[in-house]
Amino acid sequence: MKQSLYTITENTQLTPSTWRMKLKGDVSAVTAPGQFIDIRLDEHFLRRPISVCDVEGCDDPAGAVTIIYKVLGQGTEEMTRLAPGAELDVLTGLGNGYDLNDAGERPLLIGGGVGIPPLYLAAKKLLQTANVKSVTVILGFNTAEEMYYVDEFKALGCEVVLATADGSFGTRGFVTDAFAELLERGAGFTHFYTCGPGPMLKAVYGKVYKEAGIRGQMSFEERMGCGFGACMGCSCKTVTGYKRICKDGPVLRTEELLW
Amino acid sequence: MTDMDKDIRIIDIGTEIPDTKVELCGITLDNPVIPASGTFGYGYEFAELYDINCLGTFSFKGTTLEPRFGNDTPRIAECPSGMLNSVGLQNPGVDAVITDELPKLRKVFNKPVMANVSGFSIEEYAEVTRRLSESGSSDMIGWFEINISCPNVHGGGMSFGTDPAMAGEVVKAVRKVTDKPIIIKLSPNVTDIVSIAKSCEAEGADGVSLINTLMGMRFDLKTRKPILANVTGGLSGPAVLPVALRMVYQVANAVEIPVIGMGGISSAEDVLEMMMAGATAVEIGAANLVNPYASRDIIKALPEVMAGYGISTLRE
Repeated sequence: MKQSLYTITENTQLTPSTWRMKLKGDVSAVTAPGQFIDIRLDEHFLRRPISVCDVEGCDDPAGAVTIIYKVLGQGTEEMTRLAPGAELDVLTGLGNGYDLNDAGERPLLIGGGVGIPPLYLAAKKLLQTANVKSVTVILGFNTAEEMYYVDEFKALGCEVVLATADGSFGTRGFVTDAFAELLERGAGFTHFYTCGPGPMLKAVYGKVYKEAGIRGQMSFEERMGCGFGACMGCSCKTVTGYKRICKDGPVLRTEELLW
Repeated sequence: MTDMDKDIRIIDIGTEIPDTKVELCGITLDNPVIPASGTFGYGYEFAELYDINCLGTFSFKGTTLEPRFGNDTPRIAECPSGMLNSVGLQNPGVDAVITDELPKLRKVFNKPVMANVSGFSIEEYAEVTRRLSESGSSDMIGWFEINISCPNVHGGGMSFGTDPAMAGEVVKAVRKVTDKPIIIKLSPNVTDIVSIAKSCEAEGADGVSLINTLMGMRFDLKTRKPILANVTGGLSGPAVLPVALRMVYQVANAVEIPVIGMGGISSAEDVLEMMMAGATAVEIGAANLVNPYASRDIIKALPEVMAGYGISTLRE
């Protein structure tokens, strides 16, 4: 973990409720996709934990981290008003992140809504891994209007499959419906990585792990106090004992979940 | 010599560096800053961030007889200038603290630590204190801080801290099992905190610490339900500082034993204000959760801020 000041270099709106922010500064503590950063805002007491979407120049003191955030409350609303050039107090390198060593030849990435960003860095890193032959990404949204980063995943070289709950684009339904269609094709996935809302994670756990027998790593969200393991605010029970989502997670393995 | 020392020598050539030492129940602290229980774990994780030997001491995570998961999540809700927590005393239990946590702490901390003890019965408070006192790690413990004020557990915790007679019974039971200084952590969720502090003093407490968190609630407008799964939680952070100052002032004027002041302290200036209210030492809680370096930064700033107000010693 590292605490330092970062300069906003970009803060742009991607969809009616989703924004992308780029922060310039020391990113040496960011070591794995799936980790998050914790941002201090002037008008709020607690920091805002947000997943890392992309990172550049890890060994460079002038690196940059990209986050994508959804406006859900007053804190994220305040973030939309921040202009390039402004400085933010940020903790970086928080959480365990995804372990890419288990990916196998054909990893599957499943992201829902605001849970999609950490999968971008995971896809990027996986495609740089020697034994990975293909990376398939299922992206789920409520409606076509909320879609973002489809072209960015394609540009990395991923096979991208889309699902919208209202059927306005791609498969009508949820990411698990899109997964069922892929299974019929006989995709031969070796491992999966996912992030998204709680109900989606539970559905993915049931369909992909329990029914299709593919092991995976799931990134969880919880209301946090500190973000670095001190307050025990975000604890959960697992097969391997009590875990703090912020420090021992946010990524947990399918085998350790008590679902 | 730290950078801070250098700075002060440059500023105050020919004058003395302010003395931050204080004495707490017969043990001298290098400074009065003590990270509060529940915001600092068992210390060793913060030792990865900075040398925690710069602290006066710290109060470790509230420890009970059995391991506890605590309450369901969400356990955290943000507030204006503060936060609510309803963690509910998550801890690995006293035996695991003795065998796992304290040996890890010993490697990184060479000062006496404050052992925070919680319980659900008078017997439990005494038993946890006895096991820690008789353990191989007993030499690490400088003080016991007995938490009779946790607002987030039912059938224990705060119920002992809201009645002077019950509070006195806890002190009496713990007094029998240890010779180390006993500090009783008091609840602000009472009509008369002074009467409880006096009762603790009368039964042999060596000090009192206050305030624990103030009971509060928040609602989620979308779900129309309380944010916290436990419904209520404890408020901490800068929002509670004035309440803490008032209660420390009242208690310090009514008892002879030392008072540790806490509640919303987030700067060296706040430390001085709390000591002016009558505190012998201070605990830092929520500030550690927002800035993991908060306690260290406050300690670094303290001599210069003291000098700025013409304060040469904190032992007044």
